[in-house]
Amino acid sequence: MRIALLYPELLGTYGDGGNALVLAERARRRGRRVELVTVTLDERLPGADLYLLGGGEDGPQRLAADLLRRGDLAARVADGARVFAVCAGLQVLGTSFAVEGDDRYDGVGLVAATTVRGERRSVGDLAVRVGGRLLVGFENHGGRTRLDGAVAPLGEVVRGRGSDGRHDGFVTERVVATYAHGPVFALNPWFADQVLGAALGEELEPLATVADRLYAERCARLGP
Amino acid sequence: MARRPRSSTWLAERAVLVVNRVSRALGRGEGTVIGGRAGLALDPTLLSGLARGRTVVLVSGTNGKTTTTALVAAGWGEPVAVNDTGSNMVQGHVAALAGRAGVPAALEVDESWLPGIAAATRPAVVVLLNLSRDQLDRANEVRRVAQRWRDLCATLTDTVVVANASDPLVAFAAETAPVVAWCDVATPWRLDAVSCPHCTAPLRFESAGWSSACGFAQPVATTVLSEGSLSVDGLEVDLDLALPGSVNRANAAFALTALARVGVDPRVAAARLTTVSEVAGRYARRPWRGGEVRLVLAKNPAGFSAALEEVADAPGELWIAVNARMADGRDPSWLYDVPFERLAGRTVTCLGERRLDLATRLDYGGVSVRVADDPPDPPPDRSVTVVANYTAFQEWNARTAP
Repeated sequence: MRIALLYPELLGTYGDGGNALVLAERARRRGRRVELVTVTLDERLPGADLYLLGGGEDGPQRLAADLLRRGDLAARVADGARVFAVCAGLQVLGTSFAVEGDDRYDGVGLVAATTVRGERRSVGDLAVRVGGRLLVGFENHGGRTRLDGAVAPLGEVVRGRGSDGRHDGFVTERVVATYAHGPVFALNPWFADQVLGAALGEELEPLATVADRLYAERCARLGP
Repeated sequence: MARRPRSSTWLAERAVLVVNRVSRALGRGEGTVIGGRAGLALDPTLLSGLARGRTVVLVSGTNGKTTTTALVAAGWGEPVAVNDTGSNMVQGHVAALAGRAGVPAALEVDESWLPGIAAATRPAVVVLLNLSRDQLDRANEVRRVAQRWRDLCATLTDTVVVANASDPLVAFAAETAPVVAWCDVATPWRLDAVSCPHCTAPLRFESAGWSSACGFAQPVATTVLSEGSLSVDGLEVDLDLALPGSVNRANAAFALTALARVGVDPRVAAARLTTVSEVAGRYARRPWRGGEVRLVLAKNPAGFSAALEEVADAPGELWIAVNARMADGRDPSWLYDVPFERLAGRTVTCLGERRLDLATRLDYGGVSVRVADDPPDPPPDRSVTVVANYTAFQEWNARTAP
């Protein structure tokens, strides 16, 4: 399996590159072979089973959207590739988003989601109920993301604001996105395994790591 | 320019001194912020009143502010007013200057406060060290700070800007200044300057310097620091620092360049720096609980990256303490921007309120961890290096204070 971390120099302001490390390491410890590639902004989009996008500042976010629109991310996804995105990465995958100097900037259009400027910036702990479990992280963004009726949110917000105060992120057949930094896969081992398992096409056996203690501590602090 | 009458400055200055003396006597900390606040309440323009008629050097940047400011003061060769309690906003500046009439000042300034402080103090020199990611939750995105510095620099007609030519964001900020003393200190941190601040094209880094497709390129420096030598305005300067690491050699290069611009011979100043062995607890070696601990401050990816170079192969134990309070930035995600893989093969004791975040990061980076809810006793036979971020460092500095 190949994981491609996209444009960390543009979408890596909030440590989200750590998500790639966590996935690769959790696969490796189970004896799975995972190739991790980092794609910089002067490179062509390589083929991969899973593409990762992180958060970033307004200018770089705009540039990332341009690169991804010009590249063939949508075609890769149509061919079966998966995408996991955080924050600015989430906004970029939608049809449009707001950035400094531009209220409506074109996204990749992979998911029917639009992001407008929120009334204030959301900075703080974020907890989201996803299925029966808690997803914990830290949000830091000024966007308000609206989903087309056909697109399912990732989960319901328990603490913080997420996309709109009620829901966070979105899930489609091959695309998963959230506003949670942390990095989110480091804080939520179960979530990392869910995305990793989906990309590998198999159910993963449990893996004990020190991250389990971190997740328990964060849940105790942020949970309902 | 309309200025407050001298009497109001005098009264407010008295208030700063009295309140701080009382605060210290009551044991309420180091007594700077509270007195400064009292003085500013009486005279909001107090800082410009206090700065009038003295030579002021301001030092700002993400990393190295406190150390560089201390080196400027140490190299000056006469009494210097310094905000050495780490209070780097206006209250701290007022407290540093109160009661020290006519004495030159070396002040470290918070990056976002710099425009206001520069306007109030009309500095002879402003030192711009570096800009990189820090305190993500405050949304003070690095490039926004660079733009504000750029706007400021355009107004500094009576000031020499001592600027880091190796840092593209600092170069972007300082290129608008009428007078710049550019310093090439080979800043290794590039994660925040991958794309050009002017045209967003990828920056090329080569041995001769960095450049962009739009023509924006590393300015020619008059201060050049390399592995074995330092030259300031063409003068070769011997640097023999007690402070460790290449980061402090760079800090010294900035300090000596600033001093040269206020008339202090950099070779004479350099000789004065050899005795500085710790700065506000940073790099201090302290006997503690029957062992010895050495304290290293690292509060963001660039700072940690530099600190790891220095401590990775240090003998003895390595303890790392991480908090995520307001002053640290409440989001510790930045741990994943630190190249902790450099420590692979070592065992690190993880401390601080976010020790589990740290332990998780280290574990995924191939570093063995020991999580300690409370600091263990140091071994009697080996020294311990404690690397801590901002508030964790303050705790360690207080805990081990002689």
